[in-house]
Amino acid sequence: MSAVIQLKDVHKTYHTGEVDVLAVRGVSLEIGKGEFVAVMGSSGSGKSTLMNIIGCLDRPTTGHYFLDDIDVSQLDRDALADIRNRKLGFVFQGFNLLSRTSALENVELPMLYTHNHRSHTEVNDRAMAALGVVSLADRAGHHPNQLSGGQQQRVAIARALVNEPAVLLADEPTGNLDTRTSIEVMGVFQKLNDAGMTIVMVTHELDIARYTRRNVVMRDGQVISDKPVEIRLTAPEELSKLQQAQQAVQLS
Amino acid sequence: MRFAATIRIALRALRRNKMRSALTTLGIIIGVGAVITMVGIGNGAKSQVEATVASLGRNVVLIFAGNFSSSGARSGWGGAGTMTVDDADAIGREVTGVIHVSPEVRDRQQVLANGLNWNTQILGEGADYLDIRDWPLSDGAMFTEQDVRSTAKSCIVGQTIVNELFPNEDPVGNVLRIRNIPFKILGVLSRKGLSVMGTDQDDVIVVPYTSAMKRISKRTNISSINLQTDPAASAPKVQADIGDLLRQRHRLGGRDDDFTIRGQEEIANAFTATTKTMTMLLAGVALVSLVVGGIGIMNIMLVSVTERTREIGIRMAVGAHGKDILLQFLAEAITLSSFGGLIGIALGFAVAKIISTSAGWPTLVPVVWVIASFLFSAAVGIAFGFYPAYKASRLDPIDALRYE
Repeated sequence: MSAVIQLKDVHKTYHTGEVDVLAVRGVSLEIGKGEFVAVMGSSGSGKSTLMNIIGCLDRPTTGHYFLDDIDVSQLDRDALADIRNRKLGFVFQGFNLLSRTSALENVELPMLYTHNHRSHTEVNDRAMAALGVVSLADRAGHHPNQLSGGQQQRVAIARALVNEPAVLLADEPTGNLDTRTSIEVMGVFQKLNDAGMTIVMVTHELDIARYTRRNVVMRDGQVISDKPVEIRLTAPEELSKLQQAQQAVQLS
Repeated sequence: MRFAATIRIALRALRRNKMRSALTTLGIIIGVGAVITMVGIGNGAKSQVEATVASLGRNVVLIFAGNFSSSGARSGWGGAGTMTVDDADAIGREVTGVIHVSPEVRDRQQVLANGLNWNTQILGEGADYLDIRDWPLSDGAMFTEQDVRSTAKSCIVGQTIVNELFPNEDPVGNVLRIRNIPFKILGVLSRKGLSVMGTDQDDVIVVPYTSAMKRISKRTNISSINLQTDPAASAPKVQADIGDLLRQRHRLGGRDDDFTIRGQEEIANAFTATTKTMTMLLAGVALVSLVVGGIGIMNIMLVSVTERTREIGIRMAVGAHGKDILLQFLAEAITLSSFGGLIGIALGFAVAKIISTSAGWPTLVPVVWVIASFLFSAAVGIAFGFYPAYKASRLDPIDALRYE
C-alpha cells in the first residue's frame, strides 16, 4: 500500500508576541491509499494545526510533507491553492456552504478554480454526479437555508468529491449535527471509503472515531497513540439500533 | 476563473444588497450625469454660437471706429468719428488678401410707407455688402456700384420690414420714406435670424453708404468697415496690415488706436467664453462627484470584503488563487461603477435635453464623450475597487475560514 500522505518530522511553531507556541512538535505519519483515519485529541493538542498542514492551508515550520509523492511543504500560496483544488476535498464542521447559492452551484465551486477548463455542461454533469453520490440530486436547486444540517453537510461532501481528490479531509464533520444525522454522515463516509476513498477526519468524539479504521491520538503536539479500530461501528447497524431504541421509548 | 462566471458572481453579490448598491452608485451617476449634461449643453450652445457667427459671413473682419479696449474714456461702437470712406478705399487698394470692402454707416430712423411707420436700423453699405455677409436676396436685386457713386435713393429691406410695412403686398418696386426722402425698394433680403448679440438682423434697411451719409445722417465719417479676406490669406497677417495702414493714415504715432479690428474668430471666442465658464464649473462638479462616488465604492467594497471573509476563506480552501479573489471583487466594483456610469449617461442626456430645449438649443453629445465617460466610470471602479480587492486577496485562508 503506497502512502498518500507522508509526514516526516513535522514541526509547526507560531510566533505570538514574546512566547513561541509549539503547536506541532515532530509528527511523523504515513497514511496509505484507502485508509480511513480519525485524528483525535483534546483542544490544544495540535490536531487542528496538523489538519491545516495536511490540508495544505498551512506550511510546516520544519519537516517535510509529501502528498501523493509531491513535497508540498515548501510550495507558495498559489501552488498550495492548486494542490487543494486538485488533490484535496474539504468538509468543515460548519458546512461552509455559500449562502444564497444553490446546492448545485456550491458543488460546482471547486471546478470554477480548476485550471484546465471544462465546458459548462461537463461542470454541470460532474456536479450532478457528485450530488448523486450523496443522494441529493433531487435537491440540486435548493439553497443551503432550505436544507437540513445533514443535507448541508452532504452537499459539502459532494463539493469535496467533485474534483476527484486523492484525500478527503473532514474537520469535526459531525460537530454541528444530532446523533442520527451524525450517523448518516458517517455512513456516507464509510460508503466512500469502501469505494476506495482515502479519508482523514478530525474529531474529539470517541464514538464517531469508531466508524473509522484507524485512530491517531495527539497530545501536546505529538502523536501519543496510533492504532487500528478494533470494534468498528457501521452506520446501517447503528441506525437500526437507534430506531429500535426510539421505538422502545415510544412503546413504554 | 472564467470571465462569465466572474461577472455572474459579481452581479449576484450586488443584487443581494440592492439598496446598498444603488446608493453606492449614486455618486458615479451624478458625476457621469454632470459630464454628459455639461457636454450636451456646452456643445449645443457652441453650435448655436457658431451658427450665429457664421451668419456674419465667411472670413469677415470688422473694423470699428473707436477703441473698446484703450484706457481712460472709452467710446462705443463707431464713436471716434475718425474713420472715413477713404480709409476703406485705401484698405481695399493697399492691403493684399482683402477681397471685398464695404464702408458702413449706422443710423436709426423712423420709416414711413403705406401709411404705416416703423423705427428701424438704417445701414449704409457698399455694393459688396451682401457678398461679405453671405446674405442672399429672396427677391429683387441689390443696388449697384453705380447707385453708390450716384448717391441713389434706392434700398433693400429685411424680412421684418416687409412684415411691418408691407404686410399684404410685394415691396419690390414700392417706395418707403426715410426722413421724408423717398427710397425705392430694389430687393428683399432672405431671413437671417438673430445676431450674436440677440438682435433681429432682419429688422434692417440697407441703402448705399453714400446716400446714408449725404441724405440721411449728413455725416462725413463712417461707423465701421466690413471686409472679407481671401480664405487663402493669413487672417492675422491681413488684420495686422490693416492696423498698420490705419495707424499710418490716422497719424497716430505712439497714441492709442482709434479703431478696433475684430476677426470672426475673436467674435466667436468672446461668446463661447461664457459657455466655457459654465462648462468648467460643471466639469468641476463632475470630477468632485466622481471622486466622492469612487470613495463611496471603496468604502462599500471594504465593508463587503469584511462581511464575506468566510466566503473568501471557502473559495480559497477549494483552490481559489489570490488573483481569483482579487478579480472577483474588482469585477464587483467595476460592475457597480460602470452600471452607475450607464445610468448617469441616460440621466445626463435627459437633463441636457430639458435644459437645452428650454433654452432653444440643440442637444449634442458626441459618441466619444459617451464612450469616454463610460470608460472613466469603469476606471473609477478599478481605481477605488483595487485596494479592497487586494485586501481580500491577501487574506489567510485559515483565518478567513475561522472568521465569524
